[in-house]
Amino acid sequence: MIKKVFEASINYVQIMDNDGNIDEQLLPKEIDNQKILEMYKQIVFARMVDAKCMSLQRQGRIATYAPIYGEEATQIGSAMAMNENDIFVPNFRQHAVFFNRKFPLELFFIYEKAFEEGTKIPENINAYPWIVPVSTQILHAVGIAYAQKFKNTDSVVLTYIGDGGTSEGNFYEGMNFAGIFKVPIVIIIENNQWAISVPRSKQTNAETLAQKGIAAGIDCIQVDGNDVIGVYKVVKDAIASAKNSKPVLIEAITYRLGVHTTSDDPTKYRDENEVNEWKLKEPLIRLNKFLVKKQLWDNEKQKAMELEFSKTIDEAVEKAESFKPDPKSMFEHVYSFMPDILKQEEDEFEMNNFFVD
Amino acid sequence: MLINMLNAINNALDLAMQENQDIVLLGEDVGKDGGVFRVTDGLFDKYKNRVIDTPLAEDGIIGVSIGMALAGLRPVPEIQFAGFMWLSFNQIVNHAARYRSRTRSRFSIPMVIRTPVSGGVRALEHHSESPEAPYANIGGLVIIEPSSPYDAKGLLIKALHMQDPVIFLEPTKLYRLFKQEVPENMYEIEIGKANYIAKGDDLTIITYGTMVNIVKSVAEKKQISADIIDLRTIAPLDEKTILESIKKTGKAMIVHEAPTSFGVGAEISARIAEKAIYDISAPIIRIAAPSLPYPYPGYEKFYVPNELRIGKAIEKLLKY
Repeated sequence: MIKKVFEASINYVQIMDNDGNIDEQLLPKEIDNQKILEMYKQIVFARMVDAKCMSLQRQGRIATYAPIYGEEATQIGSAMAMNENDIFVPNFRQHAVFFNRKFPLELFFIYEKAFEEGTKIPENINAYPWIVPVSTQILHAVGIAYAQKFKNTDSVVLTYIGDGGTSEGNFYEGMNFAGIFKVPIVIIIENNQWAISVPRSKQTNAETLAQKGIAAGIDCIQVDGNDVIGVYKVVKDAIASAKNSKPVLIEAITYRLGVHTTSDDPTKYRDENEVNEWKLKEPLIRLNKFLVKKQLWDNEKQKAMELEFSKTIDEAVEKAESFKPDPKSMFEHVYSFMPDILKQEEDEFEMNNFFVD
Repeated sequence: MLINMLNAINNALDLAMQENQDIVLLGEDVGKDGGVFRVTDGLFDKYKNRVIDTPLAEDGIIGVSIGMALAGLRPVPEIQFAGFMWLSFNQIVNHAARYRSRTRSRFSIPMVIRTPVSGGVRALEHHSESPEAPYANIGGLVIIEPSSPYDAKGLLIKALHMQDPVIFLEPTKLYRLFKQEVPENMYEIEIGKANYIAKGDDLTIITYGTMVNIVKSVAEKKQISADIIDLRTIAPLDEKTILESIKKTGKAMIVHEAPTSFGVGAEISARIAEKAIYDISAPIIRIAAPSLPYPYPGYEKFYVPNELRIGKAIEKLLKY
């Protein structure tokens, strides 16, 4: 006897298409034109900070930088879907979510200047710092979500991973734990098609990345990651589901229009035609078309907004550049106590003036 | 109460869980089964959802524990055998050890990872390793290894009161080897402080874990006058106590079950050489396992340092 014991499929969601047309049936009722304008503004802000970072890095004023150019809708759409008490666990590229959560921009630049002090997230912001070892944050997010369930809070944990990260063991382990523990978690794959120089097609033979959740017994869905409204809706629904003990995996399909980090040159490994095709589908063009059509936006408003954002960004950079590093802090935050041998090492630096820059 | 090390650890966990509702135990088979060595026996019945059977994934167990710790719980993950703990090395090194430092104490990881270590019990392949040295090389971790029921309870309770990630190494051979009078109530033993097992003038023997009792036995049989120092905490190392003793005896020997090369003995020797070279009158001797992978149990009696090797080394050292 042979019988089918399991069947699955993956849905793809898009609400605003490349031309700015909206699928009214799918549009969440709380998303009015003002909200769409707010989404647009947040994406522009994120893109401006991003451009500033690229320029600061080229001038040697910040360290290696991982840009978000092209991926802003995935980040802003999901961030706007979160409630204030929901908890954000990033990988290393979700800067726009931090901006949305009102993470002090000055701290962001201190972090990008490569000082640990930039990761001191204010207590009133429900977020954890950037995580570099790929996919490891998924497990932390599951543990944090477990704690929410254990303590009966109302918070859902949102965590992010790239397309490359879905090849790592921690990603599978995390989904598997989440499924079994039935914790309030939403895992967002920010599929930007490239893991440094390796394309999505070389990460897995699977048709979608979303379907990777099926084996863990959790719900999975795909969304146009350049459609900020689509991302908002899918994440909003996922948060509601997660609150009901049903974790969700979301694959947001976007594109890394820029470099992986400031340390690589994509022209070496990817076709510029591909980039140009995706440029037509990036998040701002469609939003701009929509807003202009609705007579909510014009060049003057754009200019005024950019001027205001530039000022905010420049002020934060200025503050960050006045940050005074303290090399002794390296020694003083290793343990909750100061071990004798570490103290000796610190004293040796101090007494010999090795801390003098 | 007269109990063995296994009961002492169980008792420490029980008392700490009574005291602090945020403590959760998690790992493979730690629930109904009480762990493969029965260390957590009875705790599932008593604490229900605070004793969690996990899927079989060591990195998953540690990664999830880190998340729990970040969110205000105090996880006590058990890794079934130290030989399988390498799978979680990434989470331990990249996150548990450095989260405090990389966030300048904004976040910390109060977590005690328990795992059975060392051999001498004719266990299967990968079930007898002594992996302390690679962990001790990682700043930010506290590495503890008790040698008696009394120490196990006091050190574990202290670890459960700390704000740091602790790796608590439990020598399998000592779980049921002997019983000792242990106070029924909670008590703490200081972390980062070594313990004098015996005091003497002719020689300093620094050891920990499974080797403590063997060293003590040899010293007694040979009727030598030696300082025997049980590290209790491997990292951060109690350099002060070691150097203090060396200054008195002028002779140093380090005994551990882990391999010789690049081990804890190497670290201690280097510190003695750097800071007490003019106080010693003989070469520093390390007695440890040879620099090779842990053998199948058929050969382990030759691999694990024994009374014969320790005795010979003592004789050699006392001739200087």
